[in-house]
Amino acid sequence: MSHDARICCAEHARAGAGLPAIEPGMPTPAGTGLSRRSFLMRSAGLALAVYGAGRLPAFEEGIARAQAGGPGTVLVNVFLDGGADSLSILAPIGDSEYRRLRPTLGIPEGGQAFSEDARLMWNPNAAPLAALHAEGKVSVLPAVGYTSPDQSHFVSRHYWEVGALDAGLRSGWLGRLLDVVGSDDNPLQGVSMGGSLGPSLAATRVPVAAVDAPEDFGFWAPGSWGPPGDLAIPAFADVGRALARSRDPAVAQAARAAAFAGGVRASLAPLGNDGEPTYVPQATYPTAEHRFPKRLAGLAAMLGAGLPVRCATLTAPGAWDTHANQAEEFPQNLKLTADSLFAFQRDLEARGIADRVLTLVWTEFGRRAEENGSGTDHGAAGIGFVIGTRATGRMIGEFPGLASLDPQGNLRATSDFRGLYAALAADWFGVDPAAVLPGGGGFPRPAVVR
Amino acid sequence: MSRVPRYRGRFGPEQARRLLWRAGFGPRRGQAEKLARLGLDRAVDSLTHPRSRRLKGPAPRDEDGRPLAPRDAWGHDHCWWLDRMVRSQAPLVERMTLVWHDWFATSKSVATTELMLGQNALLRRHALGSFEQLALDVTRDPAMLLWLNGVDNSKWDVNENYARELMELFTLGAGRGYGERDVRELARALTGFAYTWSEGRGPHDFRFDRERFDAGAKRVLGKRGKFDWRDAVRLSVRHRKSPSFVVAKLWGYFIPTPPPRGTARALERMYVAHGRKVRPLLDAILRHPHLYDPGRRMVKPPVVQAAGMLRAVGRGIDTTAWSWLCDQAGQMLFEPPNVSGWDDTRWLDTATFRARWQMAAEICNEARLDDEAKRSGKPAELVRRAARFWDTPLSRTTRGALERYAGAAMAAADQEWEREAYPVLTENALRMLIAVSPDYLTS
Repeated sequence: MSHDARICCAEHARAGAGLPAIEPGMPTPAGTGLSRRSFLMRSAGLALAVYGAGRLPAFEEGIARAQAGGPGTVLVNVFLDGGADSLSILAPIGDSEYRRLRPTLGIPEGGQAFSEDARLMWNPNAAPLAALHAEGKVSVLPAVGYTSPDQSHFVSRHYWEVGALDAGLRSGWLGRLLDVVGSDDNPLQGVSMGGSLGPSLAATRVPVAAVDAPEDFGFWAPGSWGPPGDLAIPAFADVGRALARSRDPAVAQAARAAAFAGGVRASLAPLGNDGEPTYVPQATYPTAEHRFPKRLAGLAAMLGAGLPVRCATLTAPGAWDTHANQAEEFPQNLKLTADSLFAFQRDLEARGIADRVLTLVWTEFGRRAEENGSGTDHGAAGIGFVIGTRATGRMIGEFPGLASLDPQGNLRATSDFRGLYAALAADWFGVDPAAVLPGGGGFPRPAVVR
Repeated sequence: MSRVPRYRGRFGPEQARRLLWRAGFGPRRGQAEKLARLGLDRAVDSLTHPRSRRLKGPAPRDEDGRPLAPRDAWGHDHCWWLDRMVRSQAPLVERMTLVWHDWFATSKSVATTELMLGQNALLRRHALGSFEQLALDVTRDPAMLLWLNGVDNSKWDVNENYARELMELFTLGAGRGYGERDVRELARALTGFAYTWSEGRGPHDFRFDRERFDAGAKRVLGKRGKFDWRDAVRLSVRHRKSPSFVVAKLWGYFIPTPPPRGTARALERMYVAHGRKVRPLLDAILRHPHLYDPGRRMVKPPVVQAAGMLRAVGRGIDTTAWSWLCDQAGQMLFEPPNVSGWDDTRWLDTATFRARWQMAAEICNEARLDDEAKRSGKPAELVRRAARFWDTPLSRTTRGALERYAGAAMAAADQEWEREAYPVLTENALRMLIAVSPDYLTS
């Protein structure tokens, strides 16, 4: 972190004068090359958080320690909510069935050809993805899914979120990945950029966080200032730590949220306050009502500042569940999503951190090959992308064609999302897939990381 | 045959407070004590058989003192309903309206606000009534017909959206007793709805149009016939797998752990025997021992907490800030995240925790103690006063942590003026800390 952060935090530390000393027995940050004093200086509010630290460690310290361990690889997980119509993103205009199945919704010719399969054409609204693909930075999964596809949004999304065809599994696949690569005192390691926590981040052991924007995570107590006001933030975290291991799940959830929020607040303080960012995006993001581009910009800044994020989740703008009026809603959602992802990639490249970030774009299923009038109903195999300078840039599984649909008229899967997850776990995070995915060794692992 | 067990323990203010948070929107000052004096039976009856459905107290206003315009101004619809939660004398009716909004989750992101308010009245009308009648009326409700494409479903272009969710989310549960073929056939039975759209009036004249209806025979859920939309609903609601779904889901809104097997079976029989009416189920669930078990707490949904805080401090809706405050906390009324409603198991994470903090700040800012107030600087006394502000008890662990905070805050006072000023500053902050403590975020 910058020199400025140190100045700001020294002031905070002074405000905490008169507090009890650090509890005996608190872990020291071994092997980081940093003294305890430097932690106190680096992390806003840390000195305040340490008193009476309760049964969990102080997260400010955990975050700082994770940060001092050096940057790790990062997976950004972007969800297209509702089941995006893959046949309108990479349109199979060279497939003789396409115009018959999609008389009104078929994408007109004139888009950029997909270089890896002559039948397919990029929707013009996805041109930024086509550009990144041309640079070798996009691996396309043109028909990704699983066997016996479920056409319920909630069941199919659940499978993807937990990384298994198991309706009863309560932890997310990224959560279990963080259980292995993360630490039990760094909630920023898994962060949802948005109003609530992404289900895939649900961990069994380690903390995770949700943040709408890094510059928007302040806590102000009306009618309180000076030490009583400053101490209030570490105090709610302290209450949270004291109850975080409650046997009552509701109490534990509330307590952990409080404890993690206190740690996250301290780490984000240098990136802005009261909605005013102090960071400058290193690329031009689209302006939009939806906060997706802003959240990506905030995430790039957090990564640029060296915050120890390993997995991040976001939801792409718009409703992709286009049962009706698909021609009106779909194009603008696709454009905003593609433009934002492009800016994010350029931002990472300008910051010199692109080599440690991969972005996975997914949706719970594709849509029925045959349109229903003005829209499309739920389908089976869908589309996925892995974006980044370290992506292989090669197609994973082929486009199966519209002549061999399944008995319900849906696209058949040519790759399995669990194989993709296994490859990311092994080749991007260096984790044995069996530790993350039930039966994780069993699926063929595509070459996704170069 | 087993029966539904009944709570036989003490019914004091603590239990009454729990009941009011679960079956309503928390107590007004003194209400828990008053309800406790009635005893469990009459207390539950007062909720399930409310004597008045009138609203009590001053009408809601926006920040400029003007009446709300729920049909026209952003966020006013949310505040309009929140006001009913604050002022209703029939809290369970309002709470069940919220339950049905979550159950048959419909969003103004597709339907218009006007239609959403119409649906809201429908849900309130059926709040404690027949589930079957509710499901029938929801099926032809204009907001729902737009939301799940009922009006896009015709014999020429079958749209499966409503058929799937009717079985999966509303009546049977995912994969319980039906398959993909049933979805497609049920969708055919649900064809026929139409509407008109015009500039100025928007969507209107929702109707059943025989021309659009597929009058042929369908094979649904093991039965064959020329079914229409009413049959579709009845086939789903009267399916043998439906009572267990309805009972377990309804139970889950009030008690966080699933019903014991015997209790569930007894409730299912009760539900069917009473013609699929909901009130007898509520009468039984609200008297069940698990509702009063101190070890089974539930996180308060954001709008429940917002309404409850306003009730606790005796304040009404006087700002539309409640719309974005609740939105950030994860619950914008008339705009559930999707057709499965809100996820009640995941209200709190770091982002939504901060939003709860901001909700509390909206209350505390208006009520802050001014700098001149005289206060003792004793930590225990400061914590006690702050807890009285919310009229809430605190666990020993929380009280201990808060007293440590108050002690540290007071210990930072070196100067004479600081020793005089800090108690007020500390008590103001303690009110915030209590509002976001696990004790108050759950009930």
